[in-house]
Amino acid sequence: MSSEQQYIDLYTEAADLIKRHSAGVLNAVRDKAFADFKAQGFPSRKVERYKYTDMARLFAPDYGLNLNRLEIPVNPYQAFKCDVPNLSTSLYFIVNDSFYTKSLPQAYLPEGVIVDSLSHVAAEKPDFIEKYYAKIAQTGEDSITALNTMLAQDGLLVYVPRNVKIDRTVQVINILRSDVDLMVNRRVLIVLEEGAEAKFLFCDHASDDRRFLATQVIEAYVGNNAGLELNCLEETHYRNTRVSNVYIEQQSGSHVNHNVITLHNGVTRNRLDLVFRGEGAECQCNGCVIADKHQHVDNNTLIDHQVPHCTSNELYKYVLDDEAVGAFAGLVLVRKDAQKTASQETNQNLVVTRKARMYTQPMLEIYADDVKCAHGSTVGQLNDAAMFYMRQRGISEREAKLLLEFAFVNEVIDKMELEPLRDRLHYLVEKRFRGELNKCEGCKLCK
Amino acid sequence: MEEKNEKNAYVKQVAEQKYEFGFTTDVHTEIIEKGLNEDVVRLISQKKGEPGWMLDFRLQAFNHWKTLKQPSWGHVHLPEIDYQAISYYADPLAKKPVNKEIDPELEKTFDKLGIPLEERLALSGTAVDAIMDSVSVKTTFKEKLREKGVIFCSIGEAIKEQPDLVRQYLGSVVPYRDNFFAALNSAVFSDGSFVYIPKGVRCPMELSSYFRINARNTGQFERTLIIADDDAYVSYLEGCTAPMRDENQLHAAIVEIIVNDRAEVKYSTVQNWYPGDENGKGGVFNLVTKRGDLRGVGSKLSWTQVETGSAITWKYPSCILRGDNSVAEFYSVAVTNHYQEADTGTKMIHMGRNTKSTIISKGISAGHSQNSYRGLVRATANADNARNYSSCDSLLLSSECGAHTFPYMDIHNESAVIEHEATTSKISEDQLFYCNQRGIPTEQAVGLIVNGYAKEVLNKLPMEFAVEAQKLLNVSLEGTVG
Repeated sequence: MSSEQQYIDLYTEAADLIKRHSAGVLNAVRDKAFADFKAQGFPSRKVERYKYTDMARLFAPDYGLNLNRLEIPVNPYQAFKCDVPNLSTSLYFIVNDSFYTKSLPQAYLPEGVIVDSLSHVAAEKPDFIEKYYAKIAQTGEDSITALNTMLAQDGLLVYVPRNVKIDRTVQVINILRSDVDLMVNRRVLIVLEEGAEAKFLFCDHASDDRRFLATQVIEAYVGNNAGLELNCLEETHYRNTRVSNVYIEQQSGSHVNHNVITLHNGVTRNRLDLVFRGEGAECQCNGCVIADKHQHVDNNTLIDHQVPHCTSNELYKYVLDDEAVGAFAGLVLVRKDAQKTASQETNQNLVVTRKARMYTQPMLEIYADDVKCAHGSTVGQLNDAAMFYMRQRGISEREAKLLLEFAFVNEVIDKMELEPLRDRLHYLVEKRFRGELNKCEGCKLCK
Repeated sequence: MEEKNEKNAYVKQVAEQKYEFGFTTDVHTEIIEKGLNEDVVRLISQKKGEPGWMLDFRLQAFNHWKTLKQPSWGHVHLPEIDYQAISYYADPLAKKPVNKEIDPELEKTFDKLGIPLEERLALSGTAVDAIMDSVSVKTTFKEKLREKGVIFCSIGEAIKEQPDLVRQYLGSVVPYRDNFFAALNSAVFSDGSFVYIPKGVRCPMELSSYFRINARNTGQFERTLIIADDDAYVSYLEGCTAPMRDENQLHAAIVEIIVNDRAEVKYSTVQNWYPGDENGKGGVFNLVTKRGDLRGVGSKLSWTQVETGSAITWKYPSCILRGDNSVAEFYSVAVTNHYQEADTGTKMIHMGRNTKSTIISKGISAGHSQNSYRGLVRATANADNARNYSSCDSLLLSSECGAHTFPYMDIHNESAVIEHEATTSKISEDQLFYCNQRGIPTEQAVGLIVNGYAKEVLNKLPMEFAVEAQKLLNVSLEGTVG
């Protein structure tokens, strides 16, 4: 049976069940998503955007799905004891793919702000959700998005009204918890109205040593002059597969800072589609990947400049050890009318062993003439001279290597706006390099 | 207002100047029936008086080609070509004039193109293989080169006279299974050049091929094979033009280069096929597979190309760096204007130890054209200390054109150092202002800046070619400002 077939069969048999445990608005697009998925199947490696990751293979194993929304006993606070120190966040949990509603902390949020279960809000305010849900995440263009839209029953909704700023970071912990191999389909919808500002920290953790397959679709609408900081930190284990598609739409004068940090995982595939719809917007997209053993990390980005006067910056850094495979493909598309676009795309990689592999593909597609676009990409090793300098001063080779690797990825971390998170990441990355984060035991952020 | 009129007049004048080599030659040409089938392949082989093994090679390729579909992944709008509407063999030499080796019309044509076939008239130090449609018209300085042991002749001749060499190397770098157009070429290739430089010989003069498409509704399928044996050196130039025709013409060539121990090959191309008119009508489809195999230790291959012609250019002159310490270079200037489309670049496959490659690519887009750089740098697991530097710059001269960069880097070795950088921008206002301020009109200033921009590549061309290329660059871009 082909990989697609089991999902087609699943939906054919269980569509009613899926719909019964979700909301009407989410169900409304399900059948179309199913048709799109059926038509497309899983993308083969001949599809340009999936050149480096074999999707059919990732989706082939037989995973369980919690379509009945059975409650899986979990105490998220035990799995995750505290947030990033000194970063007092408003904390939320998504256990597998369900928004965790029990004993929520009394988070103070400004008036009008909604942070809640997606299906819950969809049931209460269908008109509002309908306006945004599955609009930029087009199911006809990506079969993983189609699959997610077809199966996702719940997730997170964040709404920030006009000119409201949330000072506290909204921290969302995705906890994978199961006694059997499990597939989860998460959905996140973020709507920032004009002038709104919000910061997010998504942390992925697995609390069981099971095989997990997570698909995630994040849709973020950033209104005029709004500001969004979206940090995604992945720290699970080698048996975990994550496919995440992030769609961001920016209106004029808006500002987005998107950071993806992959410390521990099995296979990760991150897709980012960011589109500028209003003039004068800017984005900073960063990625930091530290991979070893048989990890596979594939970041695929598309920055679509549709209007003039927008600025985009991308910086992705990889450190690959053992037999890890890294891939980065970034396309900056400057449409015909997008004059005065400024764009910079950088991808730098350290390949530490002979068996590690790096594929990089920084691309520019430009149809406007008055633009300044540049990209750069390097693959190399640690600087011998710097190594020598440190050795000369009595620093052991291992220590010197750590320092240099740390300095290498530090550039990405320093671009993050949340200071406590930066500090914490410094610590985590160092630990990661020392091999002390080898096994996920709940959450490392609090250890 | 007056200034604008003046400018318009100038633009008009330039526009009328158009494509310099667009004339046709009125010469009796024997053209075989249109269409492609096994009989046509047999007929071509028979007309060329080829041995049986060559026919087998062609038939194998043809049978493989039948199983393939025309690729569509390039960033060009290549229409579905009707391969049955093309004639695969056109011979302008079929009717030999009395007492003369070559039809005077042909000689005149090549004179007009600046390629004299009389040896005494030729530029000193350049031997030419002149090819029109499917046939090599003449190869000059053959004897002189033979004294040194250098074999320079048309591939048709080589198949007959040097069967062992051809059999050994033909298809060894670009096998017919490589891609759709390689299979097509392997089945129906007509003429092209064959070069063999024996061990330790430095070729005393520049070798050059001149390709000309003349006949209507034909395609040109050239095949070039260059072998540089140990410690040999050769510099090879290639030029091409075609008449202006309303329909698109197909040019699907294969160039194979074998570089042995410590040998060096320099391959320069000035490609000026008819680009079509300003509305994008007509023009040549230039779909070429060029590849060099650096088999030898310390071998060196350098590709230099100036691409100004063709309606569609789709080619990636590549290097396989198999020998340890081998060095490969790729220098390219691609200019597209009007509705031209180019998807060009290179592949550098590092396999040996301590190999080094450099890629310098300059794209210039004007009018409604689309210009893409696509390149692959791969360091395999054994390619210790592989080193690559790539730099791709694009210059945009109009608001309707596009410039794209698609670099691929596959690194499988921890000791490889790979760098890639690319920029895209238009000519800076500051530079233009600076020139204007000093009394240089905008049009000229653009020419100046563009030439300066492309200098890095033009400098790598042999001298006569560099002058030619510079002129070409100016002609191709005139009328693009404003």
